[in-house]
Amino acid sequence: MGAESSLRNRFERGLAAPICLTWELTYACNLACTHCLSSSGRRDPNELTTEEAKALIDEIAAMQIFYVNMGGGEPMMRRDFFELIEHAVERHVGVKFSTNGTRIDGAAARRLSSIDYLDIQISIDGVDAATSDRVRGVGSYDSARRAMDNLKSADFGQFKISVVMTKDSIEQLDEFERLAAHYGAELRLTRLRPSGRGVDTWQELHPTLEQNRRLYKWLLARPNVLTGDSFFHLSALGESLSGLNLCGAGRVVCLIDPVGEVYACPFVIHDEFRAGNVRAAGFRDVWQNSELFRSLREPGNAGACTSCGSYDACRGGCMAAKFFTGLEMSDPDPECVFGHGEEALAAKRVTLRPTPSPNHSRRIPVAISAR
Amino acid sequence: MASIIAVAFDATAPWQLNNQVSLRDESFGALAYHHGTRRLVFLKSRELVDVVRRLAEFESAEAALDALVPEDQRGRYLTALASLARSEVLRGR
Repeated sequence: MGAESSLRNRFERGLAAPICLTWELTYACNLACTHCLSSSGRRDPNELTTEEAKALIDEIAAMQIFYVNMGGGEPMMRRDFFELIEHAVERHVGVKFSTNGTRIDGAAARRLSSIDYLDIQISIDGVDAATSDRVRGVGSYDSARRAMDNLKSADFGQFKISVVMTKDSIEQLDEFERLAAHYGAELRLTRLRPSGRGVDTWQELHPTLEQNRRLYKWLLARPNVLTGDSFFHLSALGESLSGLNLCGAGRVVCLIDPVGEVYACPFVIHDEFRAGNVRAAGFRDVWQNSELFRSLREPGNAGACTSCGSYDACRGGCMAAKFFTGLEMSDPDPECVFGHGEEALAAKRVTLRPTPSPNHSRRIPVAISAR
Repeated sequence: MASIIAVAFDATAPWQLNNQVSLRDESFGALAYHHGTRRLVFLKSRELVDVVRRLAEFESAEAALDALVPEDQRGRYLTALASLARSEVLRGR
């Protein structure tokens, strides 16, 4: 259901606490996906300690943030991973974590199945190894499928299969739906962002306007497919997709990175969108008082989209997508359904694309093995 | 999502906030999160939040509305409560 406009206006002015908090637990990752939003690979030596992470969970519970999306990097590479998720669930903070599945063997699957209020999201980027591994690395698809098999054998219940929409994966929508049905899983599709390592690969991987139009129609017919409100820029095509249909950055969502830095959303890990650090005065102080977040909660300016009749539907699109493709905040989304973003990009004589500020990519390519 | 079996809301029955649901006050009303279904629901006025919190004090939803809500707004509240019952934010007791 699309939020009605009065409620949406309230959300744009910010809430007492985020609806949706993403917490990347570590920059360590055993894969090296070419579109990684957090440019992960190497663990940062300054990552939150177990005690700091538990204190943050206590604060999240006190703020009544109902659930946290944990990711990374690969969150299961933290040695205290189970300790942290159990600490959260005991405090009635629901956990949804996002994983490449490489660490979900039979024993891990059974342990995960024993924890209430836990939601797992396994990432693949194609419905076959060839398509998925092009983005995520050789062997990654088979690992993810093994994880799904293990969860099924352990009676975990319903998990999520999460797919980023690239020009290749978007051609496999019906097959993803069948795969999800095979596991009794929910399907979650999200937008490819030019963030993190995606700065270098977005140009090559992002869907065409025509593909996005097909995706919009497909999603409209399937309100049960989850999108994390990813595709609100496509709502300019007509009827709103399900979700809040707004840019939630600093208003209803934000991101905490492994070293405690708070960013406006999971797609803008960059100095320009850093609001503060939880190690200073805690997360609540950053959420409520950061200058960046206060400015994001001010009424927006439609900029170049002022004269477009669809501005109310798409709100000018995604801040991160504009920023990392070298557009101004006042420009249209690079994937504007009417092609205005492509025109804006073409009109830039020199495109200065920002590089990710913290970059934890490995310096040498990784080979994927079972462990 | 619309359920296939439409369950009518019985306002003459006793109701209460589901104990699997957390409510968080916000300037517009409250956010309700159901830990079982993992669904988030918006309560769009503070008055509605008050009614929901106090439902358990009354012998029926009707009795709660009689006590807490102006006569001319009962229809709106009934619709809202029915919707909250469908999303399992409320449960019978």
